[in-house]
Order: sequence, then structure tokens, then C-alpha cells
Amino acid sequence: MTAMDRIAAVTRPLLQVDGLTKRYGARIGCADVTFDLWPGEVLGIVGESGSGKSTLLSCLAGHQRADLGRILYDGRDVLAMGETERRGLGRTDWAFVHQNPRDGLRMGVTAGGNVGERLMAVGARHYGQIRDKATDWLDRVEIAADRIDDRPSAFSGGMQQRLQIARNLVSSPRLVFMDEPTGGLDVSVQARLLDLLRGLVRDLGLSVVIVTHDLAVVRLLAHRLMVMKSGRVVEQGLTDQVLDDPQHAYTQLLVSSVLQV
Amino acid sequence: MIRIENLSKSFTLHNQGGAVIPVMADAALEVAPGECVGLVGQSGAGKSTLMRMVYGNYLAAGGSIRVGALDVARAAPREIIALRRDTLGYVSQFLRVVPRVSTLDVVAEPLLALGRPAGAARARAAGLLSRLNIPERLWQLSPTTFSGGEQQRVNIARGFAHDYPALLLDEPTASLDATNREVVLSLIEEARARGAAILGIFHDEAARARVCDRLVDVTGFTPRAAA
Repeated sequence: MTAMDRIAAVTRPLLQVDGLTKRYGARIGCADVTFDLWPGEVLGIVGESGSGKSTLLSCLAGHQRADLGRILYDGRDVLAMGETERRGLGRTDWAFVHQNPRDGLRMGVTAGGNVGERLMAVGARHYGQIRDKATDWLDRVEIAADRIDDRPSAFSGGMQQRLQIARNLVSSPRLVFMDEPTGGLDVSVQARLLDLLRGLVRDLGLSVVIVTHDLAVVRLLAHRLMVMKSGRVVEQGLTDQVLDDPQHAYTQLLVSSVLQV
Repeated sequence: MIRIENLSKSFTLHNQGGAVIPVMADAALEVAPGECVGLVGQSGAGKSTLMRMVYGNYLAAGGSIRVGALDVARAAPREIIALRRDTLGYVSQFLRVVPRVSTLDVVAEPLLALGRPAGAARARAAGLLSRLNIPERLWQLSPTTFSGGEQQRVNIARGFAHDYPALLLDEPTASLDATNREVVLSLIEEARARGAAILGIFHDEAARARVCDRLVDVTGFTPRAAA
């Protein structure tokens, strides 16, 4: 079956989030967030710093514990799971791409090791197969095979980010969380990364939740868009519709504040 | 194939004192399979707004927009995504692509999104690019650096890559020379002949007369009580 056939065969969302709320004392991190994410869909979350988008992402990924609400992954209640089961999901079905590649890579381990380590975490033991698969993934993210034994510290920022993506995707996750994955990169490197991500989403049928403040990035990458302000979702819909015909005052301000090039 | 009934639209400008601007009321039209309908009316009368609503790019305030079995005015985002992938094509006036992606892949992308094999998708893209006189030496380059006319032709090639049952065309012959204008008009005629329902905006009167079966004047959809 192709990725398309698998997507066509699904009858329920991969991720169902209902009323998710996280407070820091009296302050709201994010409040009453509800959405569905279907297989093969990319959901963008935009908003200014402090809007709660990163808090939401870390609650979804299980890095922080939500106070209220429900998260169903493939029908399983994530917040009711034990720690072991949730960590298992994090290794097998989920992946998390950090803004700073240093947070998602092991800087003292070679590029091949970084990719292979994730495979070993899901049970791979055959050295030759691990190395072959690591080489294949380095090639997919356009890192030359002769760099496999170099450490990420010898890589440029763009290469580190691509290595982080390879490390995350090698174990064939179904759901990928991304926190500003193109932030801090040169625009030319950003474009290359966007192209790579689009191809991977299409060919592997990945579902992605991507947090960014860059409206140009979400326009090219996300199918659907959620706009957050002060911890709450003020508007959501089809990406180009939200950007071209924004309904909420805050979204209108956000869209009209972008400099035209 | 396309049936619009009782459609209305207004814009609320929250950052300009919450002004509400009604732009369309009681719009209605139908496009049958194998038919090409041209939208006419002065600049600003709402031709592009109507097209954008059919594509789901603008939200409708009321009424219905049926494309095949789906009411775009009420559909969930994922239903519109599927509609755009399988059923409804749109050639806009502007090319919007990821920088650095080759022209060949930009044109092949709608077919890749449908799960077609890469070889067949690129072969189809190459055929269209040749037909639209984009020199082969440019195919591996990103179209972002191309001239306006070249970008327009890449956009058209992309819009015709998949045989969509319904097509929206916003000024497809603008900024084209006589030769390429002829190619685009033939593409439109072929799409119509294979049964596509086409809704278009053509400022080029000769083009309009040649490909359109009927014209609809959108001035009739302007709200009467101008607020």
C-alpha cells in the first residue's frame, strides 16, 4: 500500500485533543485547546512569543503534564497511560524536532551513531543493518555518506537540523512534533529544509504538529492552521483561508503586520 | 458539477473600527460538466472573491457552494484539502512555491500528491512544459527567478497536470504572447472536451468568446443596500 492508500483507509483521527489546559499557578499556559489531527496532515500553530504555542506542544508531546483535558492517540488515552507506556510511544510512534539541534542530538556521538542510536532504542541489534539504514537516512536528508563518522559539532546549523530530522524519522514515527524547526537558519537553508519536510510528509504519510512564528513557513508546509493568543486558540482553519481571509481581530493584525518582500 | 446558491460574503475589519463591508449577496450560478462559464463585471465587482470562495480560500457568510458532492461553504478543512487534491484545480495569477524546488517538480507535485509514480508524474510535467514552450534547460531551475510570463506558464502547467473534474481559471491568458495564448486556449478546450466543469475570469475578450459557453455578470451579486 502506498502512503496515500493508507491515509484513504483511515476512519479516525490519529490525534484527538479535547479541552487541554495547562496553568502555571494563576497564569495560563494554554487553555481549552481542542483539535483533531488526521494521518498525513500538517497542523501549524502560530502566535507571538508567550502565546502558549510551545507550552501546548510540550504538553502534547508529554514533556509537561497537562492539568485538564484529554489526548487520544490512535484511540489510546495518553494522559491515563503509565510513564513506561508513554515513553515507549515517544521512542516508537512519536518524534520531536527541537528548534536548536543541540537539544535533539548527542553532540559527542558521530552522525551515524546519532541515527543508529534511535534504531537501537526500538530494538535493532544488527550493526551492518543499522549502519546501512543510517547511511540511507543521511542520504535522504542530503548529508554525504563520507560524513557518517563525523560528529555533529563539525556540521553547519542547517546540516545539524537535517541530522536531527534523520535521527527522528529513522524509526518510522507516525506523529512528529516540531518546535520552530527552521528558526535560526539562513533563508536559503530554510527553503531546502522546507522542501525536504514536504517530501517526507507526502511520501511517508506523516502527521505533523509544527509550532512557528513564521507565517511564510506555515503557508508552504501546513494544511491547517491554529492561531493562539494568551494561551487560547482564537482561530483555526485551512491555512490559506486563515491567512487570506482572517476572521479574528488578532489574526488580522498578525497577517497585516508581515513585511512584504 | 459546480452549483452556487444564495451565496453571500462580507469582510469585518476588526482593526479599522470593526467596519463590516458586505461584498456579495444572493450569488447563484451553475457549471455543468463539459461547460466553461466566464465571470464578467468591472474590476472590484467580486469576480476573484467568488472564485476564492469556490476554492475555499475565502469563507462564505451564507449560502452554499457545491462542488461535486461537497458543500465548500460548510466543509471541514480536511474535506477541502481532499477536494483540492482530487477534484478541484485552480490556476491563480500568482505562482507560490517553495524556493529551490525545480520547475519540473513544481509541475509534477499535484500528481505526486495523488500518489502517482514519480516517473509518470515527471513525464507528464515535461510534456506540459514543452507544450508551453518553457525551454528544457530551465526545468531543473526554480521558477522563482523566471519572468512573469514564464511563471504564469509554469502555473498553468501545474494547474493542468492532473485532469481535475472541475477547474477555476483566474486570467489564464494574461501576460502571454500569441503563441502561448493559443496553447493555453487549446488546453482549456481539451479540458472542456474531456468533461471538466470550468469557471474562469478572462479579460481577454477574444479568448472569452472562444472558450466560454456562457457568461455570468457578477454585478448582479453586489449587495443592493450599500451600507
